[in-house]
Amino acid sequence: MSRGQVVTRVADPGELAALKTRLQEEGVGGGARIGVCATGCRAMGALELAQEFRDQLAAQGLDDDVSVVETGCHGQCARAPLVLVEPQGFLYGKIKTGDVADVIEKTVREGVPVERLCEQANGEAVPAMADIPFYKAQRKQVFRDCGKVDPKRIEDAIVRGTYQGVAKALTEMTPEEVISEVTDSGLRGRGGAGFPAGVKWGICRKVQGDEKFLVCNADEGDPGAFMDRALLEGVPHQVLEGMIIAAYAIGASRAFVYVRAEYPVAVEHATLAIEQARECGLLGQNILGSGFDLDIEVRMGAGAFICGEETALIASLEGERGMPRPRPPYPAQSGYLARPTTINNVETLANVGSIILGGEGSYSAIGTEGSKGTKVFALAGKVENTGLVEVPMGTTLRQIVFDVGGGVLGGLPFKAAQIGGPSGGCLPSEHLDLPIDYDSVKETGAIMGSGGLIVMDEETCMVDIARFFTEFVKDESCGKCSPCRIGTRHMFDILQRITEGEGEAGDVDRLVEIGEFVKEGSLCGLGQTAANPTLSTIRYFRDEYEAHINDGACPARMCKDLIKVWIDPAKCVGCRVCLTVCPTEAITGGKKLIHIIDQDACTQCAECYLVCPPKLDAIVKLTGREARELESLPAPVLYTEWRQKVGAAAGQPSEAEVE
Amino acid sequence: MMAEVRSAEDKTAADDILERFGSVKSDDLIPLLQQVQKAYGYVPAEILEYLSARTGIPTSRMYGVITFYAQFSLVPRGRHIVRSCSGTACHVRGAKAVREGISEELGIPEGGTTEDRRFSLETVACVGTCFLAPVMMVNEQYFGLLTADKATSVLKAFE
Repeated sequence: MSRGQVVTRVADPGELAALKTRLQEEGVGGGARIGVCATGCRAMGALELAQEFRDQLAAQGLDDDVSVVETGCHGQCARAPLVLVEPQGFLYGKIKTGDVADVIEKTVREGVPVERLCEQANGEAVPAMADIPFYKAQRKQVFRDCGKVDPKRIEDAIVRGTYQGVAKALTEMTPEEVISEVTDSGLRGRGGAGFPAGVKWGICRKVQGDEKFLVCNADEGDPGAFMDRALLEGVPHQVLEGMIIAAYAIGASRAFVYVRAEYPVAVEHATLAIEQARECGLLGQNILGSGFDLDIEVRMGAGAFICGEETALIASLEGERGMPRPRPPYPAQSGYLARPTTINNVETLANVGSIILGGEGSYSAIGTEGSKGTKVFALAGKVENTGLVEVPMGTTLRQIVFDVGGGVLGGLPFKAAQIGGPSGGCLPSEHLDLPIDYDSVKETGAIMGSGGLIVMDEETCMVDIARFFTEFVKDESCGKCSPCRIGTRHMFDILQRITEGEGEAGDVDRLVEIGEFVKEGSLCGLGQTAANPTLSTIRYFRDEYEAHINDGACPARMCKDLIKVWIDPAKCVGCRVCLTVCPTEAITGGKKLIHIIDQDACTQCAECYLVCPPKLDAIVKLTGREARELESLPAPVLYTEWRQKVGAAAGQPSEAEVE
Repeated sequence: MMAEVRSAEDKTAADDILERFGSVKSDDLIPLLQQVQKAYGYVPAEILEYLSARTGIPTSRMYGVITFYAQFSLVPRGRHIVRSCSGTACHVRGAKAVREGISEELGIPEGGTTEDRRFSLETVACVGTCFLAPVMMVNEQYFGLLTADKATSVLKAFE
């Protein structure tokens, strides 16, 4: 499966260094390159785009001078598909096969940017990736090579210094020295709980056992996080490097990458990277002449969120139902096949190589007192720049959402960000200036989790969000602990009722009571955090719950049972746009006739609301009393007649403009 | 890549898989079942009996595992698997309407398979392409920035 020549086998650190030098001299990974993101962006036609570049470069005889590389994620996913043109460093977005000729003509041949494909900031094109505000506000450490290397070629990784950390750790340091270096660096587990990685290794190291295991946890189940996927897809060798060092530190000779089956590209790249590392002598017997042996195997998850939890993951690896076990004994004492086992998250492991190479001082210089280094967030939801962002620990929510994220979609007001997925909670606008780290987030009632960050605006209903996450944990609860199995079911039922307008007095207190009980009475992280989304939305948005229950109103106008969609007769000019999109044909009217929605036929899908021309803005969602007391016109009338009788609403286009 | 459809009578695929594993250990069960599902499109009961006889792993344990994990199916599925993402980012950007649209177009609920076995509709917690929300996967292809209309027109291309 590996393409091109088989890479040289390296027997010791000297040979690895020599290989790196040779590859540098050969210009591997440098020179003129077209880097097409072929991981996330493949959903937007990136593979066809890469092929078009290859074809056109070949047709123009440029294929020897310019290489086309299918890379990992560049991060600014909102502009997918993304193409990085080197050596200029221009980052083009939303590029189509039709743009390829221009890129070759202007950028490859003449070195000038194609402005229409560039990021626009303050009305000006910003071609260079380094100048784009989205990247300027970030600090790429874990993701420094992602998007720059070909993840399917170990040479690209080696030439950029990947595996130098392995050489140093295995041949110049004892396992204890590796452990103390990582402990001193302050690296905490990026999977969610934030346990110090070095301490975790130290515990496993000290446990007696002739066979130990390391597991890389890539069961990224948090719906809304995709940094682990991006790392495995974009820089698989960097993850393997961390795994080799971790395995050396704890004394493991076998390791697993446990990855979700929903990530086929990550599975493919990890599998390929392992094969290449084996061919290269970086896995297998006597790695780099150190006497240390390690082999790594990819295991696919089978679709169970709970398997992100350590003991459930182990059960799954053992071929069992993925149900958590009581701790102690901790996996470090008795894990996979009852042997000492360490489980680290992908992002944690991807940090390790540079910590070893740079020394702990360089790492701990970034971050806050209790949380060192950078954190990658998957920024999504109602935000302009959705994508992966990496910032120093302690960066404020405002900086992440506004400076990096470019603000809320459509410039609407920020309402809250949901952090940490189904285990996390929400951070309302009053926390915009909170420096984000493990400890500060915990104080707000949320948890950092793996770094999913979903931005929400005024049109996002917090009760619905709580209902959404509770439905998720209800479905994913393994059923072992009754408080979690039954409690999440009851919480879901109550939340569902509230969003359907059937809320009762006392529901909110009931939710808090059950939520606390689920938290107290559950064995594993899933159950202990299952109530967080509900408890934290109640903590900050209790008034929204009360509005649903007491006034039958959804302030965000999202809960279908509590809203009515209405056409304002003072604004409608009978343009027929909404009439044609209505899936239930609930809208009557005609050309210049004011449209009317038949409330009995309307399903509140709000398709019409989305298409009504912004200059008219005639369709509104009503909730609460407004919705209940809504009166529709009995029959369509000409909008001109209505204007004569009642008058047009202020700011509406004149009849001449309508014509 | 289309889901394969192979008759449960045909044991040769199971034999091939068993041969690749050599001696099947207890912790090989999930990868074993994953390969069976890949070869047959689902996990046929006859094949489970057969595997159990060959490996000594009780069928009760196999059923325990199969019913625990969302990935496994005990009934034949469609030639094309539509996975509608219900992750957080997709949810706040209107995934529900997309899913309802697909469901209505295909005439099947979530988890259902069309009578002609052309499509199965599943939901998935997150496919990790949140920037394209709302998203669906058809087999291993991603489709993003969907509306109900766009999703149903995409499906027309899959025979």
